[in-house]
Amino acid sequence: MTSTPVSSMLLVLVASFIGSFGAVFLKLGSAKLHGGFWKIFNLQLAIGVSLFMGSSFFFVMGIRHGQLSVLYPMVSLGYVWTLVWARLMFKEAFTRQKFVGLALILLGVTFVGMGS
Amino acid sequence: MSTPVTIPTDKLDNPAARWKSIALVFCCTILGAAAQILMKTGANHLKPGLMGVITNLPLFCGYALYGMSTVLLVLALKDGELSLLYPVIALTYVWVTGLSFLIFHDTVNPIKLVGIVTIVIGVAVLGTGGKS
Repeated sequence: MTSTPVSSMLLVLVASFIGSFGAVFLKLGSAKLHGGFWKIFNLQLAIGVSLFMGSSFFFVMGIRHGQLSVLYPMVSLGYVWTLVWARLMFKEAFTRQKFVGLALILLGVTFVGMGS
Repeated sequence: MSTPVTIPTDKLDNPAARWKSIALVFCCTILGAAAQILMKTGANHLKPGLMGVITNLPLFCGYALYGMSTVLLVLALKDGELSLLYPVIALTYVWVTGLSFLIFHDTVNPIKLVGIVTIVIGVAVLGTGGKS
């Protein structure tokens, strides 16, 4: 079993970071849908989708080498960044359920990576 | 853990609306997992060249499903909290593992199974805790 190169970890971290901003723009763009479904074609959503595509590019580059048990949980760190952005930008509350749920999900994703 | 300063952002105080948003993301993850499986199938039968990509039906359907799953996510985010809904996407791991087992006969070892169960419990916990 080979160890995971730092370059792979960095690529995956960058992917999780870009992806978390993609989620923020998706949330921003989703608000426009209050004006009707066809408002779905808006700038924020286009930026969000573009960020997701950019994120998946870095993700695919990142997981070419190294262990998934290390890299999968790092992808899921995107959920943690998103929790922080949601608090800062949308004033969403930190709750105990969010922390516990997120911790369990990170743990679960780690196990899935270890078993892959 | 500090006491959160709660400022209401949207109308997610009632559990029914919260579960509706979670149900939408739930469907989003099923479509996303199906998309991944189709894309893998398409990649396995990929013919060389641009025409090989364009005429690849599973790959095409995979991308279409990805588009649909994104639309569902946006609809969920419209009325739901981002910090609550975004981690639910981890359910995709659950469906991909299950479908890979059924379709590609991939092995499911105990560690992976424990991981999947843990993810499901995590999502359930998230579901109980929106804004306070």
